[in-house]
Parts: sequence; structure tokens; C-alpha cells
Amino acid sequence: MSSTRVVSYAAVLALALAAGALPGQAAEPIRVGDINSYSVIPLYTGPYRNGWRMAVDEVNASGGVLGRKLEVVSYDDAAKPGEAVNRAQQLVSKDHVALISGTYLSNVGLAVSSFAKQNRVFFMAGEPLSDAITWEQGNRYTFRLRPNTYMQAAMLAREAAGLAARRWATVAPNYEYGQSAVRNFQKLLAVKRPGLKWVAEQWPQLGKIDAGATVEALAEGKPEAIYSALFASDLAKFVREGETRGLFARRAVLSLLTGEPEYLEPLKDEAPRGWIVTGYPWYAIKTPEHARFLKAYMAKFHEHPYMGSVVGYSTMMAVAATIRRAGSLDTDKLIKAAQGLRLTTPFGKVVFRAIDHQSTMGAYVGRIAVQDGKGVMADWHYADGADYLPSDAEVRKMRPAD
Amino acid sequence: MGNPALSFVAIELLTGLATAAVLFLVSCGLSLIFGVTRIVNFAHGSFYMLGAYIAYSLVSRAGGPVGFWGGLLLASAAVGLIGVAMEVFVLRRLYGGPELFPLLATFGVVLVVEDAVLAIWGPQDLLGPRAPGLKGAIEVFGHRFPSYELFLIALGVGVAGGLWLLVHRTRWGTLVRAATQDWEMVGALGVRQATLFTGVFFVGAFLAGLGGAVQLPLEAADHQMDLSIIIEAFVVVVVGGMGSIAGAFLASVIIGELQTFGILVFPKLTLVLIFVVMAVVLVIRPQGLLGRPQPEAGMNRAVEVGTGAGFQVPAVLLYTLCALVLAVPLVSGNYGRVVLTEVATLSLFAASLYFMMGPGGLVSFGHAAYFGLGAYGVALLVAKLGWGMAAALAAAGVLAGVGALVFGWFCVRLSGVYFAMLTLAFAQMVWAAAVQWDALTGGDNGVLGVWPAPWAGNKLVFCYLALGLCGGCVALLRRVLRAPFGYTLRAGRDSALRCDAIGIDVRRHQWLAFSLAGLFAGISGGLYALSKGGVFPTVMSVSRSIDAIVMVLLGGLETMAGSPVGAAVFTGLREQIGSLTDYWRAVVGAIIIALVIAFPRGIVGFIGARAARLAQGGR
Repeated sequence: MSSTRVVSYAAVLALALAAGALPGQAAEPIRVGDINSYSVIPLYTGPYRNGWRMAVDEVNASGGVLGRKLEVVSYDDAAKPGEAVNRAQQLVSKDHVALISGTYLSNVGLAVSSFAKQNRVFFMAGEPLSDAITWEQGNRYTFRLRPNTYMQAAMLAREAAGLAARRWATVAPNYEYGQSAVRNFQKLLAVKRPGLKWVAEQWPQLGKIDAGATVEALAEGKPEAIYSALFASDLAKFVREGETRGLFARRAVLSLLTGEPEYLEPLKDEAPRGWIVTGYPWYAIKTPEHARFLKAYMAKFHEHPYMGSVVGYSTMMAVAATIRRAGSLDTDKLIKAAQGLRLTTPFGKVVFRAIDHQSTMGAYVGRIAVQDGKGVMADWHYADGADYLPSDAEVRKMRPAD
Repeated sequence: MGNPALSFVAIELLTGLATAAVLFLVSCGLSLIFGVTRIVNFAHGSFYMLGAYIAYSLVSRAGGPVGFWGGLLLASAAVGLIGVAMEVFVLRRLYGGPELFPLLATFGVVLVVEDAVLAIWGPQDLLGPRAPGLKGAIEVFGHRFPSYELFLIALGVGVAGGLWLLVHRTRWGTLVRAATQDWEMVGALGVRQATLFTGVFFVGAFLAGLGGAVQLPLEAADHQMDLSIIIEAFVVVVVGGMGSIAGAFLASVIIGELQTFGILVFPKLTLVLIFVVMAVVLVIRPQGLLGRPQPEAGMNRAVEVGTGAGFQVPAVLLYTLCALVLAVPLVSGNYGRVVLTEVATLSLFAASLYFMMGPGGLVSFGHAAYFGLGAYGVALLVAKLGWGMAAALAAAGVLAGVGALVFGWFCVRLSGVYFAMLTLAFAQMVWAAAVQWDALTGGDNGVLGVWPAPWAGNKLVFCYLALGLCGGCVALLRRVLRAPFGYTLRAGRDSALRCDAIGIDVRRHQWLAFSLAGLFAGISGGLYALSKGGVFPTVMSVSRSIDAIVMVLLGGLETMAGSPVGAAVFTGLREQIGSLTDYWRAVVGAIIIALVIAFPRGIVGFIGARAARLAQGGR
């Protein structure tokens, strides 16, 4: 090998190493740290990033917070909890951020929440659905915006209570989200409709569903209704196999998250008609909060918002509101400010509850229909998260004392 | 069939066959490529994914039955050409060198393709149209069975037959079979290997592309397709026998049916089943169900590069370097300390792999299992039982060592690729246990709240603790290699036959080396858990095992000092590139490819060779 080649490789290496090692600039603006799985789950995190970018621009256009501009330092966690902890450390000790927000996967969210507790940093979790983040493993440094799995399962359980079906089958990805989705749905429905029979259950590995076999196994239980917590590629496979093999004929199907544009759009005209789902019908919501958000988003990014856009936007707005209310960047003051914080999101007014740091953001519940070759949610209504939370006594039992 | 239970079994059998058909399309190409070129082609899953994406683009542009079926074939051919490009531009440069390097290069290709797909097709899942004429279902035993899946079964059988004819009834096939048995001899007889290899890559990639393309009517093309198929395809190839088309066919059917019926019996234990089957087959019949026993070539040749005089790092340099590293935490901030702690931890992990891979000649694809056992050991002892940090770390080492002792007993009975695959099988079983044994391991959410003891909670203190412990362990490993045990291990690697002749029990030495390596990997895993405040199944995923191999090869196989250097460079690159761009995978992949082509002896090996040449010139 020629020595010029060696030199050029070495130069590239050195450059790569040096580029990240440059010292940061003086902290004039207020810095917020953001961690998300941008490289691995771009489907959700791309719109998420658009969302918080829009929020930052809006906050800064109206004079920033505490008289300073808001600046976000954003890193990719590669969907690995260990990686996320390094990024969190980098944000805190190298980039000197005031607080951390973001994360998508439940295990990444939990890891960062544990880091926040250990290092006494404020953490605003946007998306992760795990119940544990605000309950079983909750801590005083961590807040969460989205309705968790329990709340969304409760919304569908209320719908299910109105159905005549007595024989139920369940299918959910085999990890905490799916397990919680099924367990809580069963628990809440059993209270409303005693004497139901659970005739079949399937637990495919996330992203690896053997759809044909799963469909046959569910059909073998002869259920009258099916409850699903599948999403993304598993959902598409399940829908196709189920339609072809006639699983959904004359059966009610309830499905978590399926109405979110991230998961509904890829199905195009094969969106399963009549399914009762939670989701986000951006095309039909007419409230002034949402109309303003929709218009600004479309103008800025030339595409419609996804669920991730709303979460990213609202997460950053919650961060700004927390800092504004605290009047300081001190972690204890931030926590105090976020407890009971009221915020208007594109979905309407939400409150971050003092008891468990969970926001009362809700979700839209409706039936899937197909219009102009696209799946949409019809007959929908907004389910306010506040109506689907367990009682304070139950929350206190689950959540460790600070 | 009137009996409903029987008709259910029959319909499940058919469903399993459809799964098997696609599995066969992908794995027969993998098997063919391995048989002829001896390359473990990680990029085969990428070919599969590219097949689906390219087919999506072609099919959604051209409508109608001609557009659909033509699109699938055209996409497969395009993927075949991509396979040819990979062979010609990357792999061909590596044939003379260590056998592991092409594998690493294909892993680099996997990373580059992942980001390329993201850049070209965007993040959305892409659901293609259904197959024209095969959209519906037909009544089979009173069930509706998708007609497209019947077509897939027929396609699988058809391809198997066609491939058999190609391999057994054409001159090209004769050459392929000859090359599978002894490619050096085929070369000596005047056959142009390069052309033969290129042809094999075309066929293999074409079939993988076809496998991906025909998935289009069943599922959306998404970014995880490559990794979700590649491990299963490896299992099929190993169970069936490397290089055996009939074996791949048989194994595809077994694995396909196992998955279909597995979810009925163990709905929550699907992950572990296929690896149990692979481990059982490897233990009972190492060459696979229909494979032929291989001549003692295997992967051991990979390390012959390291048998030379070996490069000794001058002591002065070593001590200066150590002093420099020790000074870093004093001046760096907490983030620097955290990164250095990670480098120290991974250095020990890489060094423990080097211990068996370099002098031992045992290339493990599943070293992360012992790292993970240590990490989970510490996490459970600290978080659930409230043990002290030091005791937990020691116990973690013991736990991982015992794990390695048990698994190693089976593994050292095999060699080369079969050894590597059995280590992978065991690692996947441990990983599956971590994912699916919720009650103990917390499943995907892992175990949290595993922070160091209060006195070591300070990042500076913990960084020195990690540096001291890892440095000490690496020094200990180095000492073992210089003891008679280390030399015996090396002798066993270079000539097992002669060692046997002079009464050395090679297998026992390898077993012990395997266990020691596991023990030290466990300690590094334990430290890792403490530094991150928790453990998750990702700590022992396949990619961590691959990372370890990359680190060792980056540093070079000639000296122990290479592994820490490899770990430092690897971690540094990831940290820096990760904060610069979302496309870090492509950059890391490109660097891996560039390194194996430009620095085949690793960084330290390269510097050593340069230094030696300089010294000679001076004389």
C-alpha cells in the first residue's frame, strides 16, 4: 500500500476524532438536551424532530424563555439503552444542558429516567409508553407526556364493554408494552363484563411475527372478538394474512395505536375497515388549537403531521413552559414547576399530575374506514387521558415514594 | 379431512411450508456462497432487504401482471448484480488474507446498505401490491388458505429442483461442487477462481433478492428485514450442513414448521427454540444434517497471520502510554471519564476475546453471552439482593466463567465455522432468556438502578476503578499467555496433530482458555452494568459479539496490546461519528471495509510491521 493512502486514511480518522472534541461555546442560550432513536426508528423520530424544531422556533420568535433563547442539543441513541446513558452524560457534563427530553423505546426511556434520578437531572420523557416510567419505577426527576399503555388499553376496554362478544382472543408483541396492553385490557374489561372467556392468546416477537401461523392459532379458538396491540411491520403482515384467511369476517377487532398515521398510512386501501382503534385523525380534528398547529406544520415542512410531530412539539412546549414557570434552571425548581403544570397542546389542555408526573394527554378513539384509497378514522372522539387513569390510591400503591 | 383437529394440523403444516420456502430461497444462496468461497456472508440479509425494496419501486411503477412478475425478477437480477459488485470491489481484494476479514467486510456492507436504504427509500414501511391473480384464498381442509402462499411453496420446490439441476447437471455446477470440496485444487487445475466466485455470488444474491421480492405481497418492506432474516438463515445453513443445497432445503422445512407449531405450544418462547435445535444438531452431528465433514481448514487459518515472530510493544512506549491514559481523567470532564470507563471495559472484553481468538485460534461469534452473564449477574445481585459492588463483581466473573465452562465443554469439540456457530447458538439462547424470562430479567426493560457503591459513585473514582481493574485483568491475561499454558494453547492452534502426538490434551487447554475468557468477559460486563446503571438484553445481542471481533481485528491479532487499541479506536469513532450524523452506521461500515482492505494486520500490527521495517533499514 502506498504511503499517501495510509496518510489519507489517518487524516480522515484524526479529523473524525477531532471534530467532536472541540469545546462548546459559551452558554448564552438555555440549552435543552434531546435524545432519541433517530437512526433506528426514523419513521417516528423524524416527525418528532420536526415537531420540537417547530416548537423551538415558536418559543424563540416570541422572545424565548426567561429572556434567553432556547437551544436544543440533539443526539441519536441508536435504540440502545447503554448508548442513551452515554449521550445523557455527554449532554449533562459536556454540553451543560439544563434538562433532558425525548426517547422513544420504553427501555431507553427507563434507562434515561434511572440516569436522571442518579444524577439529579430533570427528564421530560415524550413518547415511551411503559407504565413503569411514571408508576412502578417512577422517580421525582422524570415526567412523561404521552398517555401510557394502561390508559390507551383502558380507552379500548371502555369501547369493548359495549360489544356483545363473550369469547375474546388477544395478540400482542411479547414485551412490556404488549404484556401491559393485554393484562390491563383484560383486567378492566373483566370488571365491566364479568364472565368473559379468553379463548386464545398469541405473543409474537416484536418485528418477527409468523403471521399465517398466528392467524390460524387465533382462529382455532373461535373468538367472537379480537384485541390486538400489534403495530408497524407486524401489523401489516397480520392484516394481510388475517384478511386473506378470513379471520376478521364477522368479528369485532380492537387494536391499539393502529389509527396513528405512522401505522395506518402504509396499509393504504387495505386498512382494516371497522376496527376500533386509538390514533390521531389529523385530517379531521377541527379544534382551534389543532387547526393552528396543522397550518403552521404544513407550511413549515410541506407534509402533514404524524403522531410523532404532536409529541415532539408538545414535549418541547412542556419543557419551555416548565422553565418559564420555574423562573430558574435549578432542577428542584423545575420539578416543582412541572408538577401540576397546565399546557395547551394540539390535542387540547393537559395537566402534568403532581401525584405521578404523568400528563393527562389523551388519544383519539374511532373506527377505521377507507376513503379515496386511504385508511382514515371515522366516528372518532377524543378520549381525555384524565378519565382513564387509575385512582390515586392505586397510583400510590404502585409508585415508590421519593 | 373431516376431523377439525386434523385439518387444523394440516393447515398449519402448509403455513409452515410457506415460511420454509422463503427461508430456503435465502439460505440456499448463503450455503452455496459459503460452500464455494468459505465466506460467512453477513450481507445476505441485506440482499434480501434490497430485493424487497427494489421490487417495491419497480412494481409500484409498472402495473399489471407483467409489471408485477417482471418487477420481481428484475429486482432479483439487480440484487444479483449488487452481489457481484460486492464480490469484485470488496471481497476479491481479501481472498489471500485471513479468512475472517471477508466476514468483517460483509458486516461493513450490512451497515452501509442499512443507511443507503434509509436514504433512498425513506423511513416509512412500504406495503407493496398483492400478487395479481393470487390475491384470494382457496378452501383447503375447510380453511381458507392464501393462494399466494401455495405459489410460494411451489416456487421453493421449483428453485430447489432447478438449483439441483444446475449444480449436478452442468459444467459450472461441477466446478462449484469441486470448489466446495477443495478450491485450491480447482484453482491449480486451471479454473479461474475469480470468475467462479463471481458467478456464485450472482446466483446467491439473486436468490436472496428473490426471497425478499416475493415477500412483497405478504409484508411491508421495512428496515429491520435484513437482521431478522440473516440469523435464521445462518441457523438453516448450519443445521442443514454448510454448502449442502439439499440440507438447506431439509433444514428450512424443519425450522419453518418448528416456528409454526412452536407458537402453539410455547407462545412466549419462540426465540429460543430454533437455537436449541441448532445447538442440538451441532453437538450430535457437527457437520449438519446433510453436510460432509470438513477438512481441518475452517476458521483456524484466520489467525495464522499472528503466528510469526510477533510484534513486541517496547516497554518504554507501553509505560508512557499507560501514564498518559491515567492522566486523562484528571483533565477531562465527566463525559470524558464516562467514555474512558467504557473504553476500559470494552478493552477487557476485547482482550478476553483475543485470548481465545489469537493464541487459542477459537473464533467466537457469541462472546457477548459471557459479557451479558456478568452484566446480569451484577445487576441482579446489586439491585435485587442488595449485594456490595465488589462481591457482585467477583460473583459475576464466577457466573460467566461457569457459563463458559458449561457451554465451552460442547463448543471446543468443534472447530472453525462450526465452533463459531455453536457459540452463537449458546449466546442467542442466553439472550433469548434475558428477553423472555421477564420475572427474573425484566425482559426488554432490563434491570435498573444498578449504580456503583457510594464511595465509587463519583465518575472520577469509578473511572480509575475501571482502569485499574481492567488494566490488571488484561495484564493477568497477558501473563497467562506467556506461561507454559499460553504456549501450549498456541501450539494446539498451530498443530493439533503434533500436540496430540506429544501427549498434550489440546481440547482441555482450549476448554480452559474458553472458560477463562468467559470469566474475564463477565467481569467487564459487570463493570459495564455498573457504569450504565442497568442492564438490557442489548448488552448481549449479536451485534455486541460482532463489535468485539471488530475491535480485536482492528487492533490486530499479533499482540495483546492490539485489543485495547482496537477498543479505544472503535469506541472513539462511534462516539464522535454518532454525535455528528444520523448516518453513523454507513460511516462505521465504510471504515470497517477500508480497514480490512488497507490494514489487514490491524492497527498495532501495521505499526509493528512499519517499525520493524524501519529498524531493518537502519541496520
